[in-house]
Amino acid sequence: MKFQIEDVTVYFPYDHIYPEQYAYMLELKRTLDAKGHCLLEMPTGTGKTIALLSLITSYTLSKPQNPVKLIYCTRTVHEMEKTLAELKLLHKYQVQHLGPASRILALGLSSRKNLCINQRVLAAENRDSVDAACRKLTASWVRAVAAENPSIPTCEFFEQYEKAGSGAVLPPGVYTLQDLRAFGKEKGWCPYFLARHMVQFANVVVYSYQYLLDPKVAGIISKEMQRESVVVFDEAHNIDNVCIEALSVSVRRQTIEGARRNLNRMRREIDTFKATDAGRLRAEYNRLVEGLALRGDMANTDNWLSNPALPDDILKEAVPGNIRKAEHFLHVLHRLVQYLEGRLETENVEKESPVVFVASIVNHAGIDQKTLKFCYDRLHSLMLTLEITDTDEFLHIQTICDFATLVGTYARGFSIIIEPFDERMPHIPDPVLQLSCHDASLAIKPVFERFQSVVITSGTLSPIDLYPRLLNFNPVVSRSFTMSLTRDCICPMVLTRGSDQLPVSTKFDMRSDLGVVRNYGRLLLEMASVVPDGIVCFFVSYSYMDGIINNWNENGILKEIMQHKLVFIETQDVVETTLALDNYRKACDCGRGAIFFSVARGKVAEGIDFDRHYGRLVIMFGVPFQYTLSKILLARLEYLRDTFQIKEGDFLTFDALRQAAQCVGRVIRSKADYGMMIFADKRYSRHDKRSKLPGWILSHLHDAHLNLSTDMALHIAREFLRKMAQPYDKAGGSGRKTLLSQEDLEKMVEGNMNDMFY
Amino acid sequence: MSTGQVIKRAKYKTSVKDPGTPGVLKMTENKIVFRPNDPSSGTKLDMEFRFIEKHKITKEGSNKPPWLNLTNSQGQSYIFEFESFPDLHVCREFVGNALAKSEDAPKVVSDEQLSTADLQRRIKLLQEDSELQKLHKQFVIGGVLTESEFWATRKKLLDIDVSRKSKQLVGFNNSMILDTKPTSDGRTNKVTFNLTPEIKYQIFALKPAVRQAFLKFVPSKMTEKDFWTKYFRAEYLHSTKNAVAAAAEAAEDEELAVFLKDDEILESEARRKIRRVDPTLDMEADQGDDYTHLPDHGIFRDGSKEISEPQHELYRRTLSQDLNRQGAVVLEGRTVDVELEDPRTVAEALARTRNESIGNTEQGRLDRISQMTQIEDLQTPQDHPFAPLCIKDPRDYFDSQQANAVKTLNDSQAKFDRCRLSPEEAYGSLRKSIYKIKTVGLSDPIVSPEVALMVLNGLTQNISSTKSLGKNSQESVLDRLPFATKEELLHHWVSSQELLRHFWSSYPITTPYLYNKVSKLKDAMSLLYSKLEEIKAARSDLRHQVSLIVHPMQQAIEAALSHYDTDMRKRAARGAEKPNGYV
Repeated sequence: MKFQIEDVTVYFPYDHIYPEQYAYMLELKRTLDAKGHCLLEMPTGTGKTIALLSLITSYTLSKPQNPVKLIYCTRTVHEMEKTLAELKLLHKYQVQHLGPASRILALGLSSRKNLCINQRVLAAENRDSVDAACRKLTASWVRAVAAENPSIPTCEFFEQYEKAGSGAVLPPGVYTLQDLRAFGKEKGWCPYFLARHMVQFANVVVYSYQYLLDPKVAGIISKEMQRESVVVFDEAHNIDNVCIEALSVSVRRQTIEGARRNLNRMRREIDTFKATDAGRLRAEYNRLVEGLALRGDMANTDNWLSNPALPDDILKEAVPGNIRKAEHFLHVLHRLVQYLEGRLETENVEKESPVVFVASIVNHAGIDQKTLKFCYDRLHSLMLTLEITDTDEFLHIQTICDFATLVGTYARGFSIIIEPFDERMPHIPDPVLQLSCHDASLAIKPVFERFQSVVITSGTLSPIDLYPRLLNFNPVVSRSFTMSLTRDCICPMVLTRGSDQLPVSTKFDMRSDLGVVRNYGRLLLEMASVVPDGIVCFFVSYSYMDGIINNWNENGILKEIMQHKLVFIETQDVVETTLALDNYRKACDCGRGAIFFSVARGKVAEGIDFDRHYGRLVIMFGVPFQYTLSKILLARLEYLRDTFQIKEGDFLTFDALRQAAQCVGRVIRSKADYGMMIFADKRYSRHDKRSKLPGWILSHLHDAHLNLSTDMALHIAREFLRKMAQPYDKAGGSGRKTLLSQEDLEKMVEGNMNDMFY
Repeated sequence: MSTGQVIKRAKYKTSVKDPGTPGVLKMTENKIVFRPNDPSSGTKLDMEFRFIEKHKITKEGSNKPPWLNLTNSQGQSYIFEFESFPDLHVCREFVGNALAKSEDAPKVVSDEQLSTADLQRRIKLLQEDSELQKLHKQFVIGGVLTESEFWATRKKLLDIDVSRKSKQLVGFNNSMILDTKPTSDGRTNKVTFNLTPEIKYQIFALKPAVRQAFLKFVPSKMTEKDFWTKYFRAEYLHSTKNAVAAAAEAAEDEELAVFLKDDEILESEARRKIRRVDPTLDMEADQGDDYTHLPDHGIFRDGSKEISEPQHELYRRTLSQDLNRQGAVVLEGRTVDVELEDPRTVAEALARTRNESIGNTEQGRLDRISQMTQIEDLQTPQDHPFAPLCIKDPRDYFDSQQANAVKTLNDSQAKFDRCRLSPEEAYGSLRKSIYKIKTVGLSDPIVSPEVALMVLNGLTQNISSTKSLGKNSQESVLDRLPFATKEELLHHWVSSQELLRHFWSSYPITTPYLYNKVSKLKDAMSLLYSKLEEIKAARSDLRHQVSLIVHPMQQAIEAALSHYDTDMRKRAARGAEKPNGYV
């Protein structure tokens, strides 16, 4: 359908539209007009992604004089694929209605591991070895040697791509990773470098958060994006955690040992170079005198992860004299490693601010702050000079230099925590030195500054006023949408008591209580016998999940559950979890029905949808609080209290409830879908917890469903399922319309549209 | 069969108790010949396979000797006792093949000529189903229906019987990993595992490494018993959750290590499968993009990550992994159909199926993802033709029933087969009767007694039936009748159904043959009708219940009879002009 939002003609690939989608587009359009940032919360299952994509592409089409580029950030590769698939649908529709003039170039970008088509490179096991294997074939010096000596292997795809030169372009269209690989295979061009190159010209780029937020990656990939871009962070409820993780480093014993090995190897390399090619080291020295702004002339393939700190002030200065010479730099690193090793040997937990830590480095190792700051780039330069291609072997020394650079750059917002052992296993010494970032705004600041509009959107951004404080920005629009439902297709319940009427909770003093474990088991068993197709269960942690499943196994509940449905479990192994999910879907597809056990804050909770028959019921066992004894969490809470006046308890509850909401929100995909959500913990019935759930869940949480026991919940579930099985009028018959056709929209624009929504 | 014939030593028995005559059994493609060792003995046998109807064998492991029991179409059985089970299996396979061939052969016989196989099937069906036999006897032998007419309506039955030959594979039990629990005698530390071929099969399906080890070690390196003992020893070590002890034991015993280590076959299979996984849930690809979690980057110890000791990772298998594996196997279902007797053949068959490669499913992946992305209710619905389910208000129902009754009485055509009316029709008929009253005036009794009675009967029937059903849904009216009456009623019901089916299917009457058939059927029906009347009269004490059941049957027959009458009348009216009289 086609309609007007103010002066923009929006092309929307469906025949109908939800009123929320229209309102969402309106707010988004105003944000774009204002060239500012916005924060939009819209319930899952209301077609956020397609609304966003169709408004922004239509906006560009309506205003060809100043086109905006869309940078769409997803958390995971599979979300990237989903987004691109929706974009494909939209693009097809737009081309159909506007002709070839509306063609755009949209592509997904991922790492070499997901894009490479060279079988020899792909044989490598993990991401870092794929990267290294690629460098071995494509680094500029390798290719230079290979030009003279044909027996040196190179990558035929990259050579073809280079040969094509500026002729190597992607024709307009929408390219998923799969399409890119297919295109690369057909043309014989390397898809990875082609995509990297085309990112500058594309109208829509879809990639992972880290390509913008993590300075290490953003420095290479995203530095050439123009200011006139709209950056969208989808599913952004965890964005603060991504930001602080991007700037955190930890050093363990293994790191120290590995770094030592790396240093020794580099020393040997330097010695050989001195003997054979001393001129090269001298050339590097001369270059460093002039400063580090040497990136421009570097070959594409030599790029490595860039500086972990933010780029602004670092590149303009010259490298300090004491590390310009390769040997001197190695000595500095050696002293640093030695110092860190000394700090690791501690008996007690220590916590320091970066300023104190740097002062102590100056005193004990004689390395000043400025030197520390340049460590990473100096290392990078040295490795290029030494022509090291097996970069995956050098991750340890890289970590040390990351650490040094971060510590040298930031004086506040960080703390250094040294723990001699894990709290939960005090008998096993495993010292770790962690540099942890507390301030999420540090990593995202350059994004807000650089780009015209940044859109942060998710199904759970409640309370919505907290995010601007955490991320330190001023949104021009900040809104939370509710969901207009044709029928009550979600049914949230708070279960406080088990079948024996005793309270259930995962509170620390109750979680190992056998009664609670049994009550949880009975709850699942009863539900498994009533609910068709898929059931998803979320637990508060892996260890709790393991414990409770073993317990259920021992007392036979698991066997009873398995008589109703197949059981699949998320494990720490990604491959196994992926296969388990695949099997889970198969079981739901064939009607066998299955249960999936998963962990809040786990990978599945982050990005897998359990829509339609893949999830008719989701049970959240307990409140997913963070591990509150963690030293890092405590330090962060302290920082938040001091800087933003956010109370510890409030933040913890906010964090736990957004996770819970995120978990249960995965069951709804559209208004035709339906699902139940059970919050199985007595603490959810308390107002201070419950009120932090997003509005669209709260508005369906009836007072009568706030304090249920297993039998009552079962009764409600039966009633709900029966009600949902009845046919209904999709357009929302009486009163408010929940599905609009083009005519409805036109009528609405004439009248006052606000009447219809609120 | 490539060899074409099988020769085995066997004992021939005419019955189970017969001690048997030793001799040589020779089977060729279509013949079975038995020659006793003692040429003077009279128990020779020379018969063709096509007379053999079925074959049975004794189960290996049961205490019976290896017997092959062939039964011919007359029900006579020939039992051969072999010297060993392998001999038995060879012969069984041969017989199976030969029988399949001889059964396939008669199919080419043209439809007109009833093949012997068809005949046999019919006879078998009649034998199996006494109800059917009764009907057959009553109508076909009673002359109401011809043989072919009787079977024409039961084509499905014959077909189903054919398709039943390819037997359904039963899936796995979902609790198989929990099934192998040891039993202990309580006095010593010894535990006993009860292994059936089924459990062995499940273990092989669940754990390819065990299967592979079995093929490798048994019987060349150890006996089967030792093998399983070792296996359960390994399982025990797992269950103690002591990875250190497991590692220690594995270091000493390489065979044991096979069971304790991660399953390499499974891992390679997982790598292969991951390429075909739905891209919307491919979490492995995410790892490629995750530059935050470089080793030692990001937050290392914030409590959300778990702790494990890396050195003994190899020997740590969790319940979760087992459960996931079991789910996968159950979903896959049984892939091989072999006798479970010999673990070795099972293992080999499984190994074969594993190796079968699966074709390119890339396109399927893409289709799936585009299917997943569409938001269903935003699209114009693709119209699937459906009739809305309409659950009526009970009042509506009774109102329309009343109109029904009025209508049936008024309607000289008396169409009983249409007994449901829509509210509009009911309303219409109500208006009509009001109109009639207006024009004609009220007749002396406002409602004629017949109508009143009919409506009343209908209502009481409805109410009482719903009530009695409401009280105890398990018990129907029928169960409260005496057994003999019940049987009789059931039989009458079946025969009335049969007659009605034939009756209605022969309309419109286009040939003299159908005409004859219909008149025959009509006679049979009127006979049945009067029989039903008799039953009603006989069971005066249970009159109400009986009439509840009999009434609909009688109604149906009445409808048929009246239809016959009107049809006859029309026919007579039109005379000879229209021989192909249309109803």
